[in-house]
Amino acid sequence: MSQTRKKKAVVKEETGQKKVVKEEISRGLVEQKESQDTVLKITPESAQFKYELKQVPGAEKLMLCFQCGTCTADCPVSRYDESYRPRKILRMAQLGIKDQVLKSDVIWLCAACFTCVDHCPQDVEIAGVLRALRNMSVKEGVMPPVFKELASAIMETGYAYKIPELRIKKREEVALPSLPKGNTEDIAKLFKVTGFSKALGATGGS
Amino acid sequence: MTESAKKGSKYVLFLGCAIPYREGAYEISARKVLPRLGIEIEEMPEFNCCGLPIDPVSHEAMLALAARNICLAEQKGVNIVALCPGCAGTLRKVNKTLKEDKKVREEVNHFLKEIGMEFKGTIDVKHIMQVLAEDVGLERIKETIKKPLTNLCVAEHSGCHVLRPIKYIGFDDPENPQILKNLIRATGAKVLDYQGETQCCGAPIIGINQGIPMNLTAEKLSHMKEVGAQAVVTVCPFCHMMFDTNQPRIERVANKKFEIPALHYTQLLGLAMGLNPEELAIKELRVDAAKLMAAISA
Repeated sequence: MSQTRKKKAVVKEETGQKKVVKEEISRGLVEQKESQDTVLKITPESAQFKYELKQVPGAEKLMLCFQCGTCTADCPVSRYDESYRPRKILRMAQLGIKDQVLKSDVIWLCAACFTCVDHCPQDVEIAGVLRALRNMSVKEGVMPPVFKELASAIMETGYAYKIPELRIKKREEVALPSLPKGNTEDIAKLFKVTGFSKALGATGGS
Repeated sequence: MTESAKKGSKYVLFLGCAIPYREGAYEISARKVLPRLGIEIEEMPEFNCCGLPIDPVSHEAMLALAARNICLAEQKGVNIVALCPGCAGTLRKVNKTLKEDKKVREEVNHFLKEIGMEFKGTIDVKHIMQVLAEDVGLERIKETIKKPLTNLCVAEHSGCHVLRPIKYIGFDDPENPQILKNLIRATGAKVLDYQGETQCCGAPIIGINQGIPMNLTAEKLSHMKEVGAQAVVTVCPFCHMMFDTNQPRIERVANKKFEIPALHYTQLLGLAMGLNPEELAIKELRVDAAKLMAAISA
């Protein structure tokens, strides 16, 4: 337990090496030393990250997080994956450790069950902050393959999954009305005007 | 017909993607029970995904897709009922946001202009559970029961998106949900309390990580088994996939036998209405429900 506490302000790197965290906060440079291997620099630009993130829908109340840890305690995903800690992700976002957050696989683990949203005493929409981080991550060129598949199915058919022919035939057999058609022309226009087509292109999607 | 049933008796059915893709029995059974409760169903003229699956990668694209569906229903002048809580929750949240937040509405209407549509804010969106609880009501449901399922003891799993976030969805208590329990009791079946009723099944991240959802659902099934549930009743195609389609896999991973059939609530209700298992596509269930059907007819 004490070890967990000690690590509180230290961001774990995938290398597993011990590290030094430098925080430049308004009062000046704070250095917290644990060992000499990895250095996480918090630059003056880092301070801007939280303001940038706060503009993204869902993350408006990011700054209100006072690190009580209710989100992590109540998170079902956290119970089965020790790398997923919503409290920590919010702290990293507040500190502006941008690259580590946006490039981390961990932000894609939120199941959007919204337990944290309903339990947060500060009304921070934690799942919304996670969504905002993922949206930002996409703009930096990161998109897990499953989302490319979903997006391309939507563009081609209107449906998030390509409904197999067999299923469509079976509907007739059991006298279900035929499935409403997707308007792919409209979807293409909406993906373009929302900037999603561009993001898909930039992340190598179709 | 009761006054409350008249109030919201016509809906356009929003099927979503997961139901036609894999959970046909939910649609089949819903189409059987809704008319018997005085709910008239209209078809969507056309369709696109509600937007939820791509919300993680583009909030704007999600808003545009959801709003387009709402506009289609607005053009028909009919409220939406969705069987999938993911669709219902998304459309409901977007509908509320667009009605209340002028800035977001302007942004979304700017998107919609590209396709010649405009969000007007004239309709409502509900999940089928809310329609059953609010528009139909328990009394009317009880009137349609011909074969009370008094032999059954079941567990409920409402799922997250019909309950949370409370500020957007808000029609049941997310910490101690009662609506699905009451709907189950209306069929004559007993509802068993178990530990972790409100816990997520993990389905939304199955495309990213398979282990976590399997563990979460295994834990829920274990607790259901502890109390002796003969079945689990769901109202979500994704939760249903976890409990039904994935149960054999979960049993292998957890090295435990659960053998708990998962019924869509509409199937349970249909059985209590006296419809036969065939009509309700019970045989489409992955986990064998033969014992359960025998218990019902006993």
